[in-house]
Amino acid sequence: MILDGKCPSGPLSEKWDKYRREMKLVNPSNKRKFRIIVVGTGLAGASAAASLGELGYNVDAFCYQDSARRAHSIAAQGGINAAKNYPNDGDSIFRLFYDTIKGGDFRSREANVYRLAAVSNNIIDQCVAQGVPFARDYAGYLDNRSFGGAQVSRTFYARGQTGQQLLLGAYSALSRQVKNGSVKLHCRSEMLDIVIVDGEAKGITVRDMVTGKISSYAADAVCLCTGGYANVFYLSTNAMGSNVTATYRAYKKGAFFANPCYTQIHPTCIPVSGEHQSKLTLMSESLRNDGRVWVPKSSGDKRLPHEIPENERDYYLERKYPSFGNLAPRDISSRAAKEVCDEGRGIGSSGRGVYLDFAEAIGRIGEGKVRERYGNLFEMYEKITGENAYRQPMRIYPAPHYTMGGLWVDYELQSNIPGLFVLGEANFSDHGANRLGASALMQGLADGYFVIPYTISNYLAQTKPGKVETCSPEFVKSMVECEASIKRLLCIEGKKTVNEFHRELGTIMWENVGMARSRESLTKALKLIPELRAEFWKSVKITGSEAELNQELEKAGRVADFLEFGELMARDALQRNESCGGHFRVEYQTAEGEATRDDKNFCYAAAWEYKGPDNEPEMHTEPLVFENVHLAVRSYK
Amino acid sequence: MNLTLYVWRQKGPDKPGRLEEYEAKGISPDMSFLEMLDVVNEGLIKKGEEPIAFDHDCREGICGTCSQVINGIPHGPQEKTTVCQLHMRHFRDGDAIYIEPFHAKAFPVIKDLIVDRSALDRVMQAGGFVSAHTGGAPDANAVLVPKSYANVAMDAAECIGCGACVAACPNGSAMLFTAAKVAHLANLPQGKVGAARRVCMMTDAMMNEGFGNCSNHYECQAVCPKGIRVQFIAKLNREFMKSQTTTRRD
Repeated sequence: MILDGKCPSGPLSEKWDKYRREMKLVNPSNKRKFRIIVVGTGLAGASAAASLGELGYNVDAFCYQDSARRAHSIAAQGGINAAKNYPNDGDSIFRLFYDTIKGGDFRSREANVYRLAAVSNNIIDQCVAQGVPFARDYAGYLDNRSFGGAQVSRTFYARGQTGQQLLLGAYSALSRQVKNGSVKLHCRSEMLDIVIVDGEAKGITVRDMVTGKISSYAADAVCLCTGGYANVFYLSTNAMGSNVTATYRAYKKGAFFANPCYTQIHPTCIPVSGEHQSKLTLMSESLRNDGRVWVPKSSGDKRLPHEIPENERDYYLERKYPSFGNLAPRDISSRAAKEVCDEGRGIGSSGRGVYLDFAEAIGRIGEGKVRERYGNLFEMYEKITGENAYRQPMRIYPAPHYTMGGLWVDYELQSNIPGLFVLGEANFSDHGANRLGASALMQGLADGYFVIPYTISNYLAQTKPGKVETCSPEFVKSMVECEASIKRLLCIEGKKTVNEFHRELGTIMWENVGMARSRESLTKALKLIPELRAEFWKSVKITGSEAELNQELEKAGRVADFLEFGELMARDALQRNESCGGHFRVEYQTAEGEATRDDKNFCYAAAWEYKGPDNEPEMHTEPLVFENVHLAVRSYK
Repeated sequence: MNLTLYVWRQKGPDKPGRLEEYEAKGISPDMSFLEMLDVVNEGLIKKGEEPIAFDHDCREGICGTCSQVINGIPHGPQEKTTVCQLHMRHFRDGDAIYIEPFHAKAFPVIKDLIVDRSALDRVMQAGGFVSAHTGGAPDANAVLVPKSYANVAMDAAECIGCGACVAACPNGSAMLFTAAKVAHLANLPQGKVGAARRVCMMTDAMMNEGFGNCSNHYECQAVCPKGIRVQFIAKLNREFMKSQTTTRRD
């Protein structure tokens, strides 16, 4: 099937206006008759639930955390992009659009990305109005910093806690609607299934994580804002609870999963310290504004960093990409780090690390200024490693961080299932094959504040409110199935813990479907994952019962989904015989080791359709048409 | 490292709880405190025993989910550090470690080390926001904010809502938490409009949820992982006084 993104016709800059001119509206007094489910309360979910509640819809918002404020958007450090052009350095909506398209290696949908760039400015206005304490200069104006993949300073920030402040802004807007009675919050609730009635998404089944009770909720539309799937690698910068369950179970109910192979490996994370490691911690990319990345020139050099003289250091990003230098995009920086470590020039006891050195910046602007800019990051680094990065360079290494793939959506953020909308990292639409820094926060809030309030109205205006109730057979069936699959897990009573399986899956994924993939490694993964999955269903050990707070059971359900999803990822990576963005196939590279894209054969989004447990999924494609940009070889040299 | 743990185990909200003894063996100093507990839990599962339930999520000190009292101190001995960022290098081989949940009247125990902190959400819902509608906001630079004010607002806004301040307070008070939100918004022009109403609603909610009052012990500041200062409580009190004298309450 050839998929249609349903982008409005006309010039790029007028598409969104045209859509809004022609869309159908729901009368204000009819809005309260509609019920909308929002799953996830990160930037996308909280902003969507707050905005929809404010419009007058009845919203049920769900999150697995104990409070909506704890969703993992909170951990984003560096900043949020917008085309305000406050620094007068040549930015514009078109430039932000172009940088995002180019950063995504020309694998995203033009119209969506342009809309994202166009509403970016409204986001900053909105957040300031909510009281988000962005950084300011002495005149009281908002301050900007630069970020990877851009030559303008368009990133707004709140110290190293931008995600936290933006999420608290959205959470406060959400709290206001809870008080107004338009939003009902369901915390410690995990979505286990989506309910489809007559081909449309009309509800979800959830597990109350405190009592274990399974129940269903009916609505007129469902928004999934459930984030990404980087935890398929076990070790990632995601929160421990981040999972693919909501989107994967929607996929199993017929929603197409697009581009699962596009995963972002972030270049600046704290290296793994041992077997016990449970997660990896990111050091904001903003550090690359002042930090210089280097390794020793010769392999096997075990001297301490200060013993290595300047002329025996290789500042490889500055050398290879002189115009972007240390601010080269994430995919390129990560791969470059892997390369130098593969050459035996990696640092630290494991040899999987590179230096991020602030000595030059401290000399240039002083330690005080560096502390002011990055103080909390340096503190965090010291807590984890016990090292003082003002005195010696940081050690960093790439780690799985963000996933560009997600459920397929059209221009309205609606999946192929009518009534099922997907927002934020959970969808596939805006970042192509690689996301630029400070763009995830932008997309989450754009979708929630400024896109879904319009597009969902176009859908609801064409339906009748309250069509289904939870006593209908589809809901009952969904609940029975969820209960049965939980019972199945608890009955296994094997020998290996859920964590052991997750760690093994992570190793398979990292080694074979990680930063560098090959036909051979992917074929191997496609053999190993089903084997591990079979073993899981035979010998996983879960303690406790279903009718109580049971963290092992929660993890088991998520890992069971990762064990299926990992295979889909490898399959997608195997069909994409090109290198683009975060997807690097070793067979497709230049002599210098740069990615080789194949626009003739792969300029499409791959959207996978579930065909049952024993069949291979079917791939559909959405051709990507570029009317406003020239498909160039991405160069940051 | 080998350690002896005394961990609070409690099956459910209405069940009795008690400290149980566990051995943590072969612990590396590079592990985080929660990774040490992971190791203990893996061992318990293998033996067919129920693992210790504890709240955690981001494991990078920002989500505010982890909530343990370690050797009598919420978040443990390390200053300005959440449990998830506390590393075993701060303990010694052979140490005995006591691990309990956050204790407070307003935080009932759900299971083991997990407590219900939804009271904090309800304090926020009472008024911890600026009533800004989505859309229609003026240009972000239309209202200038002096850098010093923005900085103080940010100092207060760093609160992660973990509730350690409540757990450390002999009165089980949420004054530092509430003060942080009130001070954050009252320091910005955008938050000034609703400041009087906000402080009244939030402090009312605080009392209704069963949080105690502040009697200047400053234990909250001592344990706050984000270093939120008690000066903000003075700001809260000032805002409250102002609201009583300048504005009629609804």
